Order: sequence, then structure tokens, then C-alpha cells
Amino acid sequence: MSYASSFYFTMPEIILAVAGLALLMVAAFAGKSSARLVTILAVAALFGAGIFTTHLLIDPAYSLGGDAFSGVYRMDAFGGFTKLLVYLATIGCLIVTPRFFGPSGEYRPEYPVLMLFGAVGMGMMVSAVDLMTLYIGLELSSLASYVLASFARNDDRSAEAGLKYFVLGALASGILLYGMSLVYGFTGATDYLSIRAAMDGGLSGGLLFGIVFVLAGLAFKIAAVPFHMWTPDVYEGAPTPVTAFFATAPKVAAVAILMRIALDPFGPEIGSWRQIVIFAALASIVVGALGAIGQENLKRLLAYSSINNIGFILIGLAAGTQEGAGAMLVYLTFYVAMTLGSFVAVLMLRDRDGNQVEKLSDIAGLSRSHGALALCLAAMMFSLAGIPPLMGFWGKFVVFQAAVNADLILLAALGIAASVIGAFYYLKVIKVMYFDAPAEVVEGKSDMAHWSVLALTTLFVSPLGFLLTLWLGDWADRAAAALFFAA
Amino acid sequence: MDGFPILSVMLGVPLVAALVCLFVGANGARWTALVATLANLALGVVLWLNYDVGGAQWQFQESQNLFAGFKYALGIDGIALMLIVLSVFLMPICILASWESIQKRVGEYMAAFLFMELLMIGVFAAQDLFLFYIFFEAGLIPMYLIIGIWGGDNRIYASYKFFLYTLFGSVLMLIAMLWMANQSGTTDIPTLMQYDFPVGAQTWLWLAFFASFAVKMPMWPVHTWLPDAHVQAPTAGSVILAGVLLKMGGYGFIRFSLPMFPEASAQFVWLILGLSMAAVIITSLIALVQHDMKKLIAYSSVAHMAIVTAGLFAFNQQGLEGAMVMMLSHGLVSGALFLCVGVIYDRLHTREIDRYGGLSINMPRYAIFFLLFTMASIGLPGTSGFVAEFLSLMGIYEVSSVATFVLTTGIILGAGYMLYLYRRVAFGEQKNADAAAMPDLNMREYIMLTPIAAAVLWMGVYPESFLAPMRQDIAALDARLARAEPAGDAKIEAGPPREKAANYIEYAGDHGEGHESEGEQ
Repeated sequence: MSYASSFYFTMPEIILAVAGLALLMVAAFAGKSSARLVTILAVAALFGAGIFTTHLLIDPAYSLGGDAFSGVYRMDAFGGFTKLLVYLATIGCLIVTPRFFGPSGEYRPEYPVLMLFGAVGMGMMVSAVDLMTLYIGLELSSLASYVLASFARNDDRSAEAGLKYFVLGALASGILLYGMSLVYGFTGATDYLSIRAAMDGGLSGGLLFGIVFVLAGLAFKIAAVPFHMWTPDVYEGAPTPVTAFFATAPKVAAVAILMRIALDPFGPEIGSWRQIVIFAALASIVVGALGAIGQENLKRLLAYSSINNIGFILIGLAAGTQEGAGAMLVYLTFYVAMTLGSFVAVLMLRDRDGNQVEKLSDIAGLSRSHGALALCLAAMMFSLAGIPPLMGFWGKFVVFQAAVNADLILLAALGIAASVIGAFYYLKVIKVMYFDAPAEVVEGKSDMAHWSVLALTTLFVSPLGFLLTLWLGDWADRAAAALFFAA
Repeated sequence: MDGFPILSVMLGVPLVAALVCLFVGANGARWTALVATLANLALGVVLWLNYDVGGAQWQFQESQNLFAGFKYALGIDGIALMLIVLSVFLMPICILASWESIQKRVGEYMAAFLFMELLMIGVFAAQDLFLFYIFFEAGLIPMYLIIGIWGGDNRIYASYKFFLYTLFGSVLMLIAMLWMANQSGTTDIPTLMQYDFPVGAQTWLWLAFFASFAVKMPMWPVHTWLPDAHVQAPTAGSVILAGVLLKMGGYGFIRFSLPMFPEASAQFVWLILGLSMAAVIITSLIALVQHDMKKLIAYSSVAHMAIVTAGLFAFNQQGLEGAMVMMLSHGLVSGALFLCVGVIYDRLHTREIDRYGGLSINMPRYAIFFLLFTMASIGLPGTSGFVAEFLSLMGIYEVSSVATFVLTTGIILGAGYMLYLYRRVAFGEQKNADAAAMPDLNMREYIMLTPIAAAVLWMGVYPESFLAPMRQDIAALDARLARAEPAGDAKIEAGPPREKAANYIEYAGDHGEGHESEGEQ
């Protein structure tokens, strides 16, 4: 295992880390005026890392993946797939941000730099095959997130969101770390391979505690019930592009590490953790759906919607099969597109004075005044509700297919029945936009950057997305197979 | 027709037209929609003419591997052919019906209708389990918007109810489909129709499909979304809802429940017959006391659909043919009745029956059309309704004479409420001056009603044209069902013959007595 190959495998993270450090210097010396330039360069760096990841993903020479730095980091199709998702989500969020803050001068070059460091951390998380690497990556991305949440310094809500996120995030990290220490204590190793080998020998009480704590900590990160309470507050308070970021990239990364941990080192003990995942899945679906019904704020509504979606993703994990893992990745892809699209649509809503419009009642009759925007948002909502022919349906479809094929028919039936509850509030948004009398609050034109992200995501979730399913399914299968490579 | 993908073209025409409608003005959208639906009607006629009666079971097949997990596979048999023809026949009429009554957001309205047409044809033409599901479910979106945007006062409640009811019905079906695909290893509908699922599993699968189709159909007691949706939807929405969307439930039974789960179907005959009997009597009685014309016709739809379900589960050729003719006939007749309501609603803007009266005086031509469709709904010989009811009841009689008795009672009640409706609207005094001043049908309304009237009479006088394409497919289905066929209670058994004729009178007395009595008279 030469250093050269280690560096080569970790090149996406190296590109991003070096770019982040360099841009930090630019930001420090050139000041606020460089914000736009730094953003463009950050996007370029993300593209570079993405292209390199794609290269590692499609080059047959690396099809089996490889370990770097004596087995703490693993380059494989699974890491590559999720990293690409993370990078795309981060790019999407970066593109829409500068215009969001507008000319008020609140936008500073630290923002893209923090995003880059977040992306480095997430890349490390998804590729980690050692608990320590995992934790370092997780903390790197979390710390960047805490700052981003309170980025709008003059806004009390933003500061509150940052503080809440920090306190609860730290608690989650603590729980996770405690679980990791238990796992280490009872297996004597921090690398996944050895943990797996130790698990094969049977499960002691202490190890079970370790598993439960690790899963609880990760449930915090992905906002699965019963560890979801922070989500609506943080999502509501943080600036909208940051919320869009929280709901996409870190979620993908957190789900990815959950998948890797659950299926790789904890894989032999699926019987012990499956019931936890099943409970979290059903509870997330139901709480996410019921909680959203009463919401008046669009961002809170979307926060509950993301809780709801995590429930569906966890159904794929409960299946515990390679098909289930592939289904989760497909779902995640559409989830990123839908979430990003809906948040971008929300951040395009501004009133006459340029203030953010976030209330559901304010978008009444939006279809009359802003037809295209309302159409895109309606497509997102129908898609989130899982109504064919929009692609949200396909995500649910593959997840439920995996569950049914794994003989979890009752879980699938309950989950899909609960999805009807969720459909109610998505319909409510459409009802407000299309059936109600116009409130005429939303005014003004939006920016090209916003439109391009919204149009791309809408095209992706539109029926045209079905043409991508073959290709996407193949890649997700390959990525999922990488998880089961060791097994 | 070799190689020409006519079904794909029929899907493509409304799709393109719908996109065009979104970008042109109100009048442009109207004409685009009309031209597109007429073009599809022409394609439908071509389809019918080129359909080889007695040929292969599945014709006009297309198959492309475009998606993961399922195929883009189209193809039709006689049953699907007739339902597709019904859909494309009603669509231009719907567009005409909305010509003047829809004034706001015309482009979006027409686009929604054209999407609806695409999805309806897709449902009937899909040959892949999941492709069918996508078309089947996607219909919720345009219908939700049609009811919610262009509907009446209580449209929001009705649109939610419609959407959530039908969605809940369908999602369980999806789980059943996933299980079936996993079990059988294929998603191809013709293959699945020949696949024998384990009898124990069939029960659950049947129930899951039943949840969906019963809501769509709609069967009592899950019919309550229908009157709300019908009353609130614009006229054309009601026409398409009654004319085609309800048929998706019946089509589902005949395409999935019966051939794929014959044993389970036989096991649940009691349930279907029980619900059908309850539906016919209860909804007919409800229809009798309605003050709202649309609601009355909506309840009559539930009653007619109950005869369809009973006919489908009669497990014999007559019952199945009768159910199919009933679907086609009801599609035409209830559609026409909703149009008749729409005609006077456009003039007076009320559906209250009491606001009208004596319309045969000032609108004689309207009254004739209305009378024809009323009679067709009742099932008068010579109209399509008669053929439908007669065949269905004949089939059901072989299974259960009790059910036939109850269903026939329902038909008598049907005559009651329809004639009562007609008397109050068209006969009697001209109570209201504004109703008395309404002008008779105009040219557009003639063009809408005449083709339906012609089709109703055609189907009533010479149903063979419609039965011929379906006969072979229904016979195949009947053969498939034969192994599970429940024993009927009305089988005639030949006993020992009597010695003498039944009306034979013993002549015990002498001739004189008889002669005497004869003389007295």
C-alpha cells in the first residue's frame, strides 16, 4: 500500500481541502469583495473533485476499490456514488446562495469556504472504514454546519438555529462517540473489518449497547424519529440556502455512513438492529406526516417532509439486502433533487420589499401570478407525495420493492399506507397555490441561477427522469454491491 | 398497420397537444384540444377497423426496454380496444362541453384534459404491471386539479376526498404488485394472467387489488367520494369521471382480479354480490330523494356499477359480456346525462331540480334527447342499457337467484328515480319564469349529443358490433375461470317427467254436467 495510491484514492478530499485552505487565504486578504470569486472557485473545486470521483467510479481499473492509509479509508463505488451526490447538492446550494443574500452585504467569502470544508468532511465520512476516520469526518462537516446555520448574523432566528444545532449536534456526537467507545471496548478494534470479525463470534450485552448508541447518534444526524426534534427549529431559523444544504448533503452523508456501519461491521448482527430501524422508519413516516399537517411555515413543513422521507429511506435499510441498499441510494438521489428543488422554489419567494416569504398563506394563488414557479413547486410536492409519474414515486417504489422482496410485507404495507397521510399536506401546498384566491404577496423576478437549479431539478423529477432509471439503477447496484463486497 | 406504433402515437398526440395548450391563448387552447382529440378519435377508429377480430389475443404490441424494473410495453385485446374507443369518443365531446362554460385558465384546463386522455389510453393499453400502475395513479393529478380549480363551491373538500380515497385504495395494490412480480419473476400482464399464484396468497392479493378497484369503481360503501366529486366537478369533468375513470375499476377486475386470482375471486363472490345488492338498493333509494340533478345521476352511476361488478363475478360468458356492455353503455349514457345537466346548468347556473319544470315546452329538442338518455339509463329495449342489464342479469341468475331478484328490484327503482327526475324537469308546469325562457339546444350542443344518441341506439339495436371484438377474450377468461366457478343456486335439474301435462284437468263427472254449466253461461 504505497503512499502514491493512498493519495490517489483520496484525491477528491485533497483537492477540496487544498482549495478550501487556499480560498480561506484569499478570503482573509481580499476581504468581502472577493465573495463572488471565491464562490465560483469553490464550485470549480467541487466540480474538479466530482470529476475525479467519477473517474475513480467508471475506470475499470478501480472497479474493485482500494484501501488507503492502512485501511482507515476506502475508495469504492459506494463512496464514489454518495460523494457525487454530496458534491452535486453542495454545488446546487452554492449556486443559489449569493443572490439570496443579495446586495445587503451579508454574504461573505467564508460561506463557500465553510461549504468546502463541509464537503471534505462528508467525503471522509462516506469513505471511512474506521470509526476514528468516521468521527473526524463527521465533526469536520458538523462544525462547518454549525457556523453556517448562524451565518445571517443579524437575524436572531439564525443565531438561535445555530446554537440549537450546535448543542443538539454535540449531544448526538457525544452519544455516537460513547457508542463507538463501547464497540471498541468489546471488540478491541476500531476498523470495520475487525469489528465485523468480532461480531461474527456473537453479541455480548456491552456490544449491543454500543450498537444501540451508535445507531442513536446517527439517527440524530439523519433526523429520524425519535431524535428529530431539532430539525424544524433549525430548518426554520437557518438562512434558506443553508437549510437546503442541511436537508441534502449532510443527510446524504449521514445516511451513507449509517448504511455502511449497519451493513458492514454490524452486518452479522442484523437481527439485533433491524427492529430499531423498523421502529425508526415507521415512526419517522408517521410523525413526519402528522407533524407537517399543522405547519404554517413552508420551511418547517419541508423539515417535517424530510423527516418523513428519512422514514422511507430507512425501510430500505430494514430490508438489509443489497437490493435494499441500492434502493436507498436511488431514493437518496431523488430525495436530493426534490429537496433542493423545493427549497430553491421557497427561496425564490420574495415580497415587494425583497423580504423572504415563508408562510403557506402567503403563496395563495401563486399559480396565477407566478405560473412557472408554482408549476415547479407543484411538481416537487406531487413528487414528494410519491404520485406517479413523478420520480418521487420511483424512489418509494424501489424501496418498497426491496422491502417486499426481503419478506417485510407488513412493514411495506404499513409504510405505504402511512404515506397517504403525508400526501395530505403536500396536497395542501398545491391547493393553496392553485385553488385559493391570490394573496398577491409574492412579487418580483428571480435570478437566473435560481431558475437554472430549479429547472434542472424539476426536469429530473419529471417523468423524463424515468429515462434515467436504467442508468441510475445500475450505478446504485454497483455502489450497493461494494458494501456487500466484504460479506 | 405492421410496425406502425399506433398506440404510442395515440399517447403522443394528447401529450404534445397538452404542452402546446400551456403556451397558447384561450382560443388557441380550445382549438388545439379539439383538433388533438379529434385526431385521436380518428386514430381510435383506425385502431378499431384494423383490429383483427378472432385473430391473436394481443394485438398492436409494442415493447421497449426504457426503464429499470419495468418495460414500456403496450398492446390491446378486444376489451381494452372497446374501452379505448369509448375514451377517445368521449374526449372531443368533453372539449366541446367546456367550450363556453370554462372561461378561466383555459390553457391549463385543456392541458389537464389532454393529460387525462393520455393516461386513460395508457391504462387500457399498458401490458406491464407497473406501467399500468403509473398510468392508473397518475390520473389522480389532472383530476385533482380539474375538480379543485374549475369545480363548484365545495370543490376543495371534494378534491381532497377524491384524491386521498383513491390514493389509499391504490397504494396497497402496489405492494401486492411488488409481491407478484417477485413471486412470478415477471411484470408482463399477459404472462401473469396465466400464472397460478398459491391459493393462500391469492386471498391477500385479491383483497389488495379489491381495495383499489372497489374505490375506483366505486362500490358501496366506499362510494362516498363519487357524489361529491361529481357534483363539484365541471360538466366535462363529470363526463370523463363517469364515462371512463369509473371503468378503470371494472377493467381492473376483468384484467387482474379475475384472471390472476380465480380461486380468490370465487372465494369472495359472496362479498361482491352482497355489496352489489346493497349498493343497488341503497343508492337507488338515496337517488330517489335527491334535489341535485348531478348527485342523482352520480348515485345512479353507483347503482349501475354494482350491476357491472355482479356481472363480472358471475363467472360465465353472459355475465362478463353483460358487464362489459354495461360499462360501455353506462359510459355513454351517464356521460350524456351529465351533458344534459350541463346544458341547462350553463343556462340557469343551478342544479336544483325544483328550479326547472316544463322544459319540454320551451326546449322540446332538449327534452327528446334527455328522454332518450333517461330511457337508456332505465334499460328500455332498443337502447344500450337494455342489452347490458339483460345480459348481466342473465349471467348472475346462474349464480344466485336471490342476487338477481334484488338487482332487478334495483332496476325498477332506477326506473322510478329516473322517470321522477324527468317528470320534474321536463314535464309539468313552467314554474319559474327564467327556466321557461331558456333557449333550446344550439348547434354545439347538438353536435355533442347526437353522436352519443346514435351510439346508444346502435348498441341497443345491434350490440354484436361491440361484442364481437370482445367475445374471444371473454371466452378465454371464462375458460380460465372455469376451474374455480362457484356452484350456482339456480341450476335447473331434470326430474322425472310428469305423466300428464301441468294444465291437465281430470274429467271426473259426466258430460251432462259440463254441458249444463256451459249452457248457463
